[in-house]
Amino acid sequence: MDKIFYVLAALTLITAFMVVISRHPIRSVLFLVATFFLISAQYILLNAQFLALVNIIVYAGAIMVLFLFVIMFLNLSRDLERFSSWMPIAAAGISIGGIGLLLLSAFRVAQTNVEYTGNPEAGLVEQIGEVLYRDFLFPMEVCSVLFLVAMIGIVLLNRKERELPSKIPLS
Amino acid sequence: MNNLPEIIRTIPLSHYVALSSALFLIGLLGVLIRKNIIIVFMCIEIMLNAVNLLMVAGASYRGDGTGQVMVLFTMAVAAAEVSVGLAIIVMIYKNLKTTNIDLFDQMKG
Repeated sequence: MDKIFYVLAALTLITAFMVVISRHPIRSVLFLVATFFLISAQYILLNAQFLALVNIIVYAGAIMVLFLFVIMFLNLSRDLERFSSWMPIAAAGISIGGIGLLLLSAFRVAQTNVEYTGNPEAGLVEQIGEVLYRDFLFPMEVCSVLFLVAMIGIVLLNRKERELPSKIPLS
Repeated sequence: MNNLPEIIRTIPLSHYVALSSALFLIGLLGVLIRKNIIIVFMCIEIMLNAVNLLMVAGASYRGDGTGQVMVLFTMAVAAAEVSVGLAIIVMIYKNLKTTNIDLFDQMKG
């Protein structure tokens, strides 16, 4: 039964890699949606049921639709990129290998044989809501301010360019 | 046959750490080698999800709700970041008519 984890992990890595190597952005988006669904399945295995649902709704539902909308809006099919130059790939290989070695060496000295002491109820809506509204009430309100700022920023970014009044000296 | 909430007992935490590290490295690879700014942005999302997965794994092994609430905040910040970033990409495309990051060499559109 624990084979489920390894199958899901392999599929997650494969779809994430396909996001990187697909030439067309639409295919990348669809593989990314698959990756997010697989990560949600991992959350269910980890007994984080509420987070699994939120992950599907927020990432696969909202963010990916935004990406698809922008890609269709931009009409990118005429300039597909080619992997012709080897310099960035070599540089990426060197840096990824370095960071991988760093992670491996940290992994060897880290104490990872942690005993499972959790309870399967910790990821339900009741427990999450209790922690969220008791211990993290102020950060949650700050989050709403963050969304407001993001919304104002987007509206300001995408408004029509208007003539600035020339009487005001800029800088 | 085990029950679904009991599977986590049979998998050591180190396997989750390995999975998140691999996912993070794949995202980093994409950020480094791709030229299309939208795909670079998607790879940043993969990296964010790798970190989220690691945090959920740690929280579940401790039976602690705090880590899961932190992941909730990460998702909220990621949603705001994606919307602003895509708005900036659309503005860049309107000015330069391209999404190739090699051609983004000026701040003034």
